[in-house]
Formats: sequence, C-alpha cells, structure tokens
Amino acid sequence: MSIFINKRTKLVVQGITGRDGSLHAKQMKKYGTNVVAGVTPGKGNTKLSGIPVFNTVEEAVAKTKANTSVIYVPPVFAIDAIYEAVDAGIKLVICITEGVSANDMMKVYQYVKEQGARLIGPNCPGLISPGESKVGIIPGNIVKKGNIGVVSRSGTLTYEAIWALTSEGMGQSSCVGIGGDQVIGTNFIDCLEAFEADRSTKAIVMLGEIGGSDEEDAAKYIKKYVTKPVVSFIAGQTAPAGKRMGHAGAIISGGSGLAVDKIKALNKAGVPVAYSPTEIPGLIKEQIKKFADKAKASKAPKKPAVKKVAKKKTTKKK
Amino acid sequence: MKIHEYQAKQIFAAAGIVVPEGDIATTPIEAYDLAVKYNKPVMVKSQVHVGGRGKAGGIKYAENAEAAKVLATQILGMDIKGLTVKKVLVTVAEDIISESYVGIILDRITKRPVIMVSAAGGVDIEEVAAKTPEKIFKLAVDPIAGLKPFQARNLAYKLYRDITQVRKAANIIMKLYKSFWESDASLVEINPLITNTGGDVIALDAKMNIDDNCLFRQADIEAMRDLDAEDSSEIAARKADLSFVKLDGSIGCIVNGAGLAMATMDLVKRYGAEPANFLDIGGSSNPQKVVDAVNIILSDANVKAILINIFGGITRCDDVANGIVEAIKQLQPEVPIVVRLTGTNEKEAAKILKKVNLPSEDTLDKVVKKAIELAGIEI
Repeated sequence: MSIFINKRTKLVVQGITGRDGSLHAKQMKKYGTNVVAGVTPGKGNTKLSGIPVFNTVEEAVAKTKANTSVIYVPPVFAIDAIYEAVDAGIKLVICITEGVSANDMMKVYQYVKEQGARLIGPNCPGLISPGESKVGIIPGNIVKKGNIGVVSRSGTLTYEAIWALTSEGMGQSSCVGIGGDQVIGTNFIDCLEAFEADRSTKAIVMLGEIGGSDEEDAAKYIKKYVTKPVVSFIAGQTAPAGKRMGHAGAIISGGSGLAVDKIKALNKAGVPVAYSPTEIPGLIKEQIKKFADKAKASKAPKKPAVKKVAKKKTTKKK
Repeated sequence: MKIHEYQAKQIFAAAGIVVPEGDIATTPIEAYDLAVKYNKPVMVKSQVHVGGRGKAGGIKYAENAEAAKVLATQILGMDIKGLTVKKVLVTVAEDIISESYVGIILDRITKRPVIMVSAAGGVDIEEVAAKTPEKIFKLAVDPIAGLKPFQARNLAYKLYRDITQVRKAANIIMKLYKSFWESDASLVEINPLITNTGGDVIALDAKMNIDDNCLFRQADIEAMRDLDAEDSSEIAARKADLSFVKLDGSIGCIVNGAGLAMATMDLVKRYGAEPANFLDIGGSSNPQKVVDAVNIILSDANVKAILINIFGGITRCDDVANGIVEAIKQLQPEVPIVVRLTGTNEKEAAKILKKVNLPSEDTLDKVVKKAIELAGIEI
C-alpha cells in the first residue's frame, strides 16, 4: 500500500525527449514504474528506450490508457502541459518544472480542481512509493520499502531525511515532494489525509520551511484528525526577512512565515520538531513508542470498568 | 523583484490610474529644478525597497523649491533600515481630505488574488490590520472569471459614500486588477489612495512586487531593476545563475537545493557559528557553477571557512568534485574548505577530490562541525 501512486500507475511522460525528460523516463522505468507513453509534439511514432512517443497526451491516453502524467517541459510550456493532461482525462498530474508563473498557477489550480483531478507541484521532486512506483526525480537508491510516510516542500532536504530513515533501517510507504512554490496543487493537509487513511503508513514525517502558513494549518489539522505519530523538521530558522531563499514560497514577509511560529504551532499539536534531519529517525521511534504506550494505557486498566463510565468521559472531552 | 514607487507609478499611470505629477532626482539641484518646474509645494520621497519610509524621515513636505533642495540634501544619502537613499521622487503635494488603502495580493491559502480595501489607509495600515482587522474588507477573486465591475463597486462603497468618488475608486480597482495580471505582479498596493479638496481620487503612493519567474516576459519591468539597491555579490550570483543571499556570518555555504541549504545554515547556527550566506547551486551539474560559487563567497572578507554540502540526485557529485578541483586551481583560496558529497556518483567524486586533498565528511552534522572547527570558532 501507498498513497497516490502504486503498481497500477500507468505513466505518461510529457517532454520525454527533452534533456531531463529522457533521463528520468529511463530512470523511472529502470526503477520499475510502468511508463506506458511519452509525449513530445512532432516526435510522435518514435520510441525512447522502448517507450512509445506520441504527439499529444490525448493520443497517448487513448492508445495506452495512461492514468498519471509527469511533466518535465520548460517553464514557459508547463502551464499548457498541465491543461493538456487534465483535458485528456488524466486524474493525477505531477509537474516537476521549476520557474512557473504563480499567477498562471492560480488559474490552473482552479481548473484542475473543477475537473476533479489532482496536481502535485510545480517545482517539486515528485513522489515515490518504494517497491511500487516512482514518478519524478527522487533517487530510487535511497528509499526502502516500509511504513513511514514522508511529505516535504523541498527536494534535496527530502533526500537527506529519507536517507536518514533508510540508514536507520526505517523504510517508507510513500515519499511526496509537494514543491516550494507559492501556489501548489497538493498541500500538506492533502498528504496528511492520505497518509492517515493509508493502512501501510504507521508514522509520518513532515518537512516544512519558512514562508506562508501551510505548516500552521497542517498543525491544526493534525491535532484534529491525525491519529498516527507525526514528526517534523522546519528549514530556515536563520533566514532573514524579506529575502527569497531559493524557493518562490520561502520568504518571510511582514513578520509572517517565520520558522519559530511554525515550530510553536507544531509542538502545540503534539508534533516534535527535529533540529537536524539526522535527528528524525530517533524522534519517530520515541513517538511510535509513546503512542503505543498511550494506546496500551487507555486499553488495559479500563477493561474491567463499566462501559458507561468510559462513554461519559469521551463525551466530556468534546 | 521589487520596483520603486516612481516605477510603479509609471505602470499605474500607463494603466490609466491617476497619480500626482512627479519625477526622479539624484541630486539636490535636480530636486530644486523639478520643484521650480511644478511651481507648487512638493513632496520629497526617498526611493528605497523598504516600508516605513515616512516614519524613518524619508518623506518630507517642501513649501517651495528652496525647501525641496534642502530636504533632498538631507534625504539623499540617508540610511533607511540599512539601505542608502540614492534617488528621491519629487512630486506635487496634494491637499488630503481622506486616506484609504487598496491592495491586491496573491493569496497562498485561497490560491486566488485577494483585493483588500480599507477606509483607514495611511502610514498605520499594518497596525489597523493587526488591531482592527474588521476595518479591512477582502475579496478573493475567481482568477478564471476575473473581477466584475459590481465587485469593484461594492469594494469602493466601503471607502466612499459619494457616488462620483465611488465610481472613480471602482475604476481604479478595476485598472489595478488588470495591472496585477498584465505585470505578473504578486503584490500591488496603493497606500494611501486619497481624495483631495477638488474631489479627485488619486494614488498618492504605489508599490509593486513582480514574480521573478515571469521576468522573461516582462522586459520593460526587468529593465527597471535597480542595481544600486542590491549587494554586488548578489548581482554576481544572479549573473552566474545561482540563488544567493548574503548574510553576516563567517561560514560560507555552498549547497544544492533551497531546503537543504537552509537546513545547513540552521545547523551552522545551532553548532555555534553564523552562516555567511544562502547559496543554492541548483539541480544542474555544471562544474563552472561551483567555481562561480566559490569565487562569490571568497569575495566576502568575513568568510573564515567554506562548507560544501551536496546531496546528489539530479546533481552529480563527480561534476561538483570537478568544479571544486577547478575552483581551487583557478582561485587558490586561503580559506579552508570542507566538503560532503553524497548520492549520485559519490565514489567517482571521492577519487577526483583526492587530487586536491580536501577534508571531507560523510554526514550533514559532521561537515557543519568540521567547517566551524576549521574557521577557528570555539564551539
């Protein structure tokens, strides 16, 4: 089990003949992803490492029944590529491209929603469900099949965290990079909801950074709806205000988006925040044990007690 | 990218929004000449990329040309929140009857452009927003359907009662919204939007931030970039296609990926030192980028050690290693360098690095500690 992608994922690669597209199409195929098609206008009826290339996404879907798309086209064409995928009936679109117009993204975001599709990214490393499927650029050799869900706004920081987990023998159910832009298709809450519902996920790692209030909103969501242990890391504690730290979304403006506020909100929701990615595996172990002990404590001594008492207690809490 | 008030006013004026007559001066004499030309009392306004200019003494009223000259002498060269004033806008002063606020931002939460208006505009708008948020009216506009005239009118009614002024303000809101999209702005702001004794509605100030991702199609705005307002190392970094922010510490950092770069800086601080910069070499594997990165960091005299932290995914460690060898050959840095190259092609990278005999570490925590030790800072 996993979230968003699995063995049934049939992938079409938009921009497959480009420098990044061709390299990663091959790597995804090598990892075991079912890459059924590629699209580059004008390159139809050719093949790339055995993958059939079509002129349009519509044709690719008709011929191969692709259900997921990944976009590697340059930023100027990325917006159009998302519309094309959604109009061809694709329900999951992952946009790797960096440097996309935020204003254009607002329009695309609404369109994708209206069509009942999901967009991940842009400006993201994609996602991987170890042992099942990889869509994007996360290196396949650093992951390990297991039960930790990872969601992140960053790219290489995600690899660092995944590597820390794998090095400690802690495998992952799925790792999702949601991207560092201001307007993104899938946010922390969407992923937390999916991990909460995913039976193979036992604990969740959430990697945030300065800018916006997604981490604060996620903290509120966790407190209310997430029953699994969550551990976090927030990058940018030393970042100055008013400066964009690489990602378009990583900017502290008007005193909001500070790391310290995000850490406070997460701690308040019972989520410990690591000071370094290498501290994450240890924190997860602690949290898993804590949750198990709590479950035991709430179960064990109450068994002989009268049921009505237990019921009253839960209603009081509300 | 931020642009100055006078530049935003040029864009507003071209969009049909009424702004007071004005022009830029870089010397007191120029300010004097402009005031003589307008033959009216003027405002002398510092042009720096920071808010709160008025409160810092960077905006002053001049009764006549002589006063404008004196004020320009004071304001030019003034330091406002760390920025030196190099230009002033000399603009005709207005008789202000009321001050309102109108702004449009890209809202990350609703993922829509949000228009904000308030009848309590002026220098204290941030305080209004914090203490009496009910005085600010917001409208999240459907980005596909666009802003409708009735919506602009409804917002204008929050500012004025007189229908003529409502119509004028609604017209300005419509034009501002159009300008937001056409300029690929992430923020446009008029604070204050004033009414004068003649009943006119005028944009007395103008602020505009442009999405960096769209500058390729905004040549006119890119040309407005004020190189004087930026640090020279940041300009060099942009030319080298590196994402760079200069800071005040002593540990130079070269990292791939923005999140990891920030995490590395945070660890530098946690282990008792301060980072000298944020630098993301990006996902490409061009060795020249490493040479440029080392060069830019070496230009900062505060740097006592350089830390190179690469987690290879798209970026290949051997390419980075080649860049490091090249940088050492070309630049012969006296500052110690410590590296950590992990991920794609790390073994090849280790072989290449043997040529230059640099200290290397295998984890993030270790490489940070080593850099601080090499910088001679006691932990």
